[in-house]
Amino acid sequence: MRYYSYFPGCSTEATAIGLGLSVQAIAKPLDMELIELEDWTCCGSTPYGSLDRLESICVAARNLALAEKTGLDLVTPCSSCFVTLYGANLQLKQDPKLMKQVNEALAVANLGYHGNVRVRHLMEVLVNDVTPEVIASKVQRGLGGLKVAPYYGCQLVRPDYGFDDPEFPQSLDRIVASLGAEAVPFPLKNRCCGGALIISEESLALGLIHKLLDNAAENGAQCITTPCPLCQINLDAYQSKVNSKFKTNYNLPVLFVTQLIGLALDIAPISLGLNTNIVSPSEVLDYIYNYITYITTHKR
Amino acid sequence: MEGKIRLGMKSFIKEVATIPGGEHIFSCIQCGVCTGTCPVAEEMEFPPRKIIALIRAGARDEVLSSSSMWHCLSCYMCTVRCPRGVKPTELAHALECLANQQGFRVKGTLTPAMYRSFVNSIKDNGRVHEFGMMLRFYLSIKSHLLTNPLATLKMLPLSLRLFLHRRMPLLPKKVKGRQDLAKIIQKFREIRE
Repeated sequence: MRYYSYFPGCSTEATAIGLGLSVQAIAKPLDMELIELEDWTCCGSTPYGSLDRLESICVAARNLALAEKTGLDLVTPCSSCFVTLYGANLQLKQDPKLMKQVNEALAVANLGYHGNVRVRHLMEVLVNDVTPEVIASKVQRGLGGLKVAPYYGCQLVRPDYGFDDPEFPQSLDRIVASLGAEAVPFPLKNRCCGGALIISEESLALGLIHKLLDNAAENGAQCITTPCPLCQINLDAYQSKVNSKFKTNYNLPVLFVTQLIGLALDIAPISLGLNTNIVSPSEVLDYIYNYITYITTHKR
Repeated sequence: MEGKIRLGMKSFIKEVATIPGGEHIFSCIQCGVCTGTCPVAEEMEFPPRKIIALIRAGARDEVLSSSSMWHCLSCYMCTVRCPRGVKPTELAHALECLANQQGFRVKGTLTPAMYRSFVNSIKDNGRVHEFGMMLRFYLSIKSHLLTNPLATLKMLPLSLRLFLHRRMPLLPKKVKGRQDLAKIIQKFREIRE
């Protein structure tokens, strides 16, 4: 069993509840003990950093200080939390003056930070600690060549963490393959979905989402998978808006990669929060379960 | 546009270079890879390469009152591709911070209002409460909504669908740490002054 300090991120309690549920469901079967950081608060967030960069680092630092006390790596499944916590951690270590000021502020809550936390994305943990090979060995219900478009989004691989190539990432493709699914070629796999600007600049973001859906469908994907909460909601919940704006007819389920892993581990769809997906994943489920029936019948 | 730009205020670039995110601006060689890479450059009044040129020209008010940097999606593709390590994504955030802190009112984008709603939700609850954040946002732009009633109505089905799929809890989860967080922020503001 591997132990980690776990930072779920705000969205896993609401718009990305499917991510929160599926991460919890797959952790134990993959020998991970994710210990939720007690009383965590907002990661610092991109919007905060765009209004007041230094204060957002201070907000991030509270979580880093709490994590440092556990002595464990801090793991988050949210790409946005990851880029923020990782960036704040780096900035604090490089800027002693800021570190001193932040520590003075943290002291009012009896906290302190010394720069000893390693911030990690859950995807990186799955690839480097758990490894696709071990995931493959734990698969109970292979996905039978399900055609999946692996969608990385931006902040899992950029700006630069040294974990995967920022232009031609492969980690998610490897996870998908380890489940017995087929990662289809997806040239736009690391292009932006519009992020939070779906709220303030909807038509701009819908144009980007349209390109992504088009590219996935064109390559024969039966579904899309992503680790990112923002990418998931944009591609899933806004798919019908894309359809009405661009006169298209996409019906592509968008699963969190942790939901896809859960299905291959034969965890019940409801425990993975698949009932919270907006575009119904029923065709994907039919495919997976019928494939298994087909195999077992033929063995008989 | 050029006519409006007041030259001679060269200190603006130095101001930008001293704030976090603006440190690398002097390395820019105006090659334009950032603009060529940016997925929303076409929507920007001043795409990344041009905004750096304007900063160099000392066009302080034009830059800080423009909506361009508020269109940045934080996709970091320009940061990856910039051959000089300018980190245009960080620069966009730095310009947003500068415009926000100096009270520039930006026209042509709702992003600053959305960001403020987001941050206020954090300050009240310790975490972001997405439904509350959306409510704050729509209330803060109500004059815009009243002029676009159709757009307002079109948002309802989506919100309802999210609610019905258990993805939009109506009440915030106020965490214990929010009080500590508020104290930490308060103290930090005193120190940095």
